[in-house]
Amino acid sequence: MLRFAPWKLASVLALVAAAILIVVPSFMPAGAVDSLAARLPGFIPVRQIVLGLDLRGGAYMLMQVDDASVVKSQIEALRDDVRQTLRDGKIGLSGGIATQPRGVLVRIVDPTERDKAYKLLQSLSQPIGGPLAGGNGRTLDVSETDSGVQLTLTDAATAEKVRQAVTQSIEVLNRRINAMGTKETVVERQGGNRIVIEVPGLQDTTRLKQIIGQTAKLDFQLVADPGDPPNEVETLPMQKGGGTITVQKRIMVDGADLVDAQQSFDPQTGEPDVTFRFNLRGAQKFAQVTSENVGRPFAIVLDGKVISAPVIRTPITGGSGQITGNFTLDEASNLAILLRAGALPAKLTVVEERTVGPGLGQDSIDAGERAAFVGGILVVIYMISTYGIFGIFADLALAVHILLIFASMVLLGATLTLPGIAGIVFTIGMAVDSNVLIYERIREEAHLGRSVISALDAGFKRAFATIVDSNVTMFVAALILYLFGSGAVRGFAVSLGLGIVTSIITAVTMTRMMIGLWYHRGRPRKLPI
Amino acid sequence: MKLLRLAPENTKFGFMRFRRVSYPLSATLSIISVLMFLFVGMNFGIDFAGGTQVDMRAKSGEAHLAEIRAEAESLGLGPVEVQRLGAESDVLLRLNLQPGGDAAQEAAVAKLRSAFSTDYEFRGVAAVGPTVSAELEQSGTLGVVVAIVAVLTYLWFRFEWQFAVGAIIGTMHDLLLTVGFFCVTQLEFNQTSIAAILTIVGYSLNETVVVLDRIREVMRKYKRLSTPEIIDMSINAVLPRTIMTATTVFLALLALFFLGGHVIRSFSAAMIWGIFVATYSSIFICSPMLIYMGVRADVFDKPKDQDADAKSAQPRVKA
Repeated sequence: MLRFAPWKLASVLALVAAAILIVVPSFMPAGAVDSLAARLPGFIPVRQIVLGLDLRGGAYMLMQVDDASVVKSQIEALRDDVRQTLRDGKIGLSGGIATQPRGVLVRIVDPTERDKAYKLLQSLSQPIGGPLAGGNGRTLDVSETDSGVQLTLTDAATAEKVRQAVTQSIEVLNRRINAMGTKETVVERQGGNRIVIEVPGLQDTTRLKQIIGQTAKLDFQLVADPGDPPNEVETLPMQKGGGTITVQKRIMVDGADLVDAQQSFDPQTGEPDVTFRFNLRGAQKFAQVTSENVGRPFAIVLDGKVISAPVIRTPITGGSGQITGNFTLDEASNLAILLRAGALPAKLTVVEERTVGPGLGQDSIDAGERAAFVGGILVVIYMISTYGIFGIFADLALAVHILLIFASMVLLGATLTLPGIAGIVFTIGMAVDSNVLIYERIREEAHLGRSVISALDAGFKRAFATIVDSNVTMFVAALILYLFGSGAVRGFAVSLGLGIVTSIITAVTMTRMMIGLWYHRGRPRKLPI
Repeated sequence: MKLLRLAPENTKFGFMRFRRVSYPLSATLSIISVLMFLFVGMNFGIDFAGGTQVDMRAKSGEAHLAEIRAEAESLGLGPVEVQRLGAESDVLLRLNLQPGGDAAQEAAVAKLRSAFSTDYEFRGVAAVGPTVSAELEQSGTLGVVVAIVAVLTYLWFRFEWQFAVGAIIGTMHDLLLTVGFFCVTQLEFNQTSIAAILTIVGYSLNETVVVLDRIREVMRKYKRLSTPEIIDMSINAVLPRTIMTATTVFLALLALFFLGGHVIRSFSAAMIWGIFVATYSSIFICSPMLIYMGVRADVFDKPKDQDADAKSAQPRVKA
């Protein structure tokens, strides 16, 4: 009884040694860790524990794709498609196209023309997810009414668009934020229409919001002629200096065809500006438009605001040009970043924002360390004063328990947060519970008149069922907390859950070995507790 | 070396006699908790109520609370709550949820930044819009409910159903009294409080399981004793362990409460309260429930308990 095969002892010692090696890099300066990792073979995990933003400092933002703006841009695209289709089909647009909250209405009074238009426009309704996706969902409901043809977006089409918008936004945001020169940024989807952004080390979110808050949709539209029909022009505000300007609704070229944008300086005035370059398709369109409209002012529109409207002096065929607009240096370089990264497919709203400065983070780490240290010392002293040598065994097991929590967090890449530290401190109190259950049981068995070895053995055996039952309940609570909790609370659930598992390993297996070794060394006739 | 014993050895307290006191007492406290929750309410933090919270430190000297309050109120952002945080230079400023949806919270943060950033360092900012706060509230409530159901299902499989009922009532009791604790103290109720509540549920069940495990074991062993005698014997047997564990957890939490910083102080306070309530309820609420439900030693005569450890191999005596 209470004898262990040498290989079992060896494997426990090896586990402890491995845990120590895994944890050590977390207490080294970051630079030393990198150089160590470079010198060791790749399979050895030389990693530091991941600290949550509440400890290392940084900005967290939860953005939501604005469904309404997705619908709005869908309708605008639909209107352009309808116009193009009718133009290609040579059908006169007698009453124009009216945009509605969920679709567009094409007004055509003449019934035969209307029938022709109806047949043509039905081709605009596509199966959702493209022609190969199968299923019976379609993007549009097309119907003929007395006054014209009605095209309505389906809910499924909008949902699909929102999903796509989130995916595209994540790509665009990644490009934009990386251009700011931040490190270890996280941009992830959350749920159906949310995006999480985490930027470690960033404190002032003002610039971040300027960078991520803009749609950055760049359009080139011709300034309206007095002769244009009123429903095909719109009046837009100027971005600077107030005032408005009336432009044609039709977008001649847009920013989607841009391949590059750089902040530069105007060679004549020396003012900051942005130089852009189109891809082949954009360059051809740009060349065509500029050669057909020499002498007319051409408006450069960003997110519905006109940056400037220079007059086209000569056709621009090289596919590149400059945007000037009384920019400051920052504005010009922000605009270049935005144009390079591309436009967001929809408007994003910040629904939650949390920033923690490095000072506050360090304070939290210090406070957590102090609490863990003092709490640990109190428990250690209390255990020794209650159980003597057995208390020392329990305390050694406790130390390994904490070591194993850290090691498994490093291996799993789990994030340590302040509530996570609280969870570890709590498990310091709970970990010894298993030992207490065992020791009290041993005492009881000894009081019943059993010999030392038989009391020890019975104590471990009897207490084990209770230990499992009581820890399963706690573990379930931790698991649910992880599944339903968000952010920092998950950190608590992680350390609580890991702590429960490691405490069973250490309190049961390790203490049992220590007590076994202790017994076989001295063969005591009396229990020390 | 003389070892410390907080719990006397071989106690024979008649715990079950107290059920005539503990039940009315707990019933009263539970009702008060519910009434407090309905009519006084908890002090919801911005996680659940929405709004803005800023942790500021004066760049030099101490922070002037009255000035900060006056200046913040002049920004037209509704009621402003300003409180000192530990050090003289640190303050916590809180705004209610701004009308105008999610974007309005952002605007409020920007206004605070421009008003205070010359004299104060912004150490932490949190702004939670109405969409997120409503969701956090839902998922928090759902989490607590699912956790309780999951754990109780486990107990139902592991024990006889009467035991599980006892555990349900004990857990509900602890939950209500913890809610009452938040109402009475008006400690901020935030996401970490949900963590505290779930941990209390876990701890409470842990305590209950230890007591019930022993009751089951003793019932199998001494089939001729009356149920109250069996329960008293079991509780006395696990009493040293109960006191010992409650003390170690209490010591750890005490360190957390005093040294862990303001962010988790309300968490630690709730947990300390929860340890006491859970220990009390496992002894005085869950266990007597078995008497009220008429559990007798013969519930173990059914073949269900083949998994049972202890003494099930002993010859059975029909009661």
